[in-house]
Amino acid sequence: METIEIIGAFITLIGSVFLLLGSIGLIRMPDVFTRIQAGTKASTLGTLLSLFGLGLIYLDIAGKIFLLIVFILITNPVSSHMLARAAHYIGIKKADITVVDKLSTFRKNEQNNETQKPEAK
Amino acid sequence: MKIKSFIISIITLFVIWVLLNHRLTPEVFISGAVVAFAVGLIFCNSCDIFNDLKLTPKAFFYSFLYILVFLRELVKSNFDVAKRVISPKLPINPGIVEVKTKLKSKLGRMILTNSITLTPGTFTVELLDDRIFIHWIDVKSENIEEDTNMIVRKFEKYLEVIYG
Amino acid sequence: MVNIILQIAGGIMLLSLVLSLYRFFKAGSLVDRVIAFDIMTIISISLIAMITHISGRTIYIDVALIYGLLSFLGVVIVARYLEKSL
Repeated sequence: METIEIIGAFITLIGSVFLLLGSIGLIRMPDVFTRIQAGTKASTLGTLLSLFGLGLIYLDIAGKIFLLIVFILITNPVSSHMLARAAHYIGIKKADITVVDKLSTFRKNEQNNETQKPEAK
Repeated sequence: MKIKSFIISIITLFVIWVLLNHRLTPEVFISGAVVAFAVGLIFCNSCDIFNDLKLTPKAFFYSFLYILVFLRELVKSNFDVAKRVISPKLPINPGIVEVKTKLKSKLGRMILTNSITLTPGTFTVELLDDRIFIHWIDVKSENIEEDTNMIVRKFEKYLEVIYG
Repeated sequence: MVNIILQIAGGIMLLSLVLSLYRFFKAGSLVDRVIAFDIMTIISISLIAMITHISGRTIYIDVALIYGLLSFLGVVIVARYLEKSL
């Protein structure tokens, strides 16, 4: 019984280290997209690990913690995806080292097609 | 096939109710079943989100395998991004690339894009029909086919069996 | 033993909360601020779960559940507002 609790505590500690790495990435990264990249997901794994460790310590509320983990796994990527799409939509400035942006070229092509169609008629 | 969607949503609601209550006495069972049925009847009488879910033994086996593959990728790529964040030179090479998916069902696409988003290093910016635009922290190639092989393939071969 | 490890973990969580608060104040744009807010809520969920251990009352897990639900809705609403589709 005691060993399971100690293992759970160590898993929680590892999770908190991932949370710390997420916030360090949030500070160090140069633009919005890389910040989402470094921040949101490292902290997702951190939260999952710390909740899992607490679930090992408190086995009587493991069901609720499982529900919380599933909920975080479903909602977190959705919110970061929506933020990224909104940021791209309003044209947030990307970092200078960005290699390629196929979505911008795609959107531009689409706009050109839309403006050319009425002229053709 | 709307009845399948209806039944699956009722079962999901009921399981969430039981997990929230954390016990299964007769009162909890009866009230949960009634409320789950009513909510499903009101809000899910015409939804078709679960219709593509296959309930064969092979699909169950592949969903189990998929969870294992997903957890492995999650941990592996988290360490990769953590290494990038700590190293003083910040070795990133970001860009938005385009990949294509073969999945047809809505739920399968949602699971696929959520998995891509949760494995750090890649996340979905936009999904238009079968084209997925992905922000990649370390762009290795700009070719659509190569990117599809590198990012999507490892999840898609399991999801194809589960959702078709 | 378990208590000491969990207290260290809670301290590290608080430190990361303060670091993301720095990004929240020194943000370049609105989206930056919302990202910092999102990460702060994620860290807060773990912290509320830690409070479950410290106070010994398991009711706080329900608080964490509702908090996650509401913060998700908040972020989605801000994103919809930015896309001018609200």
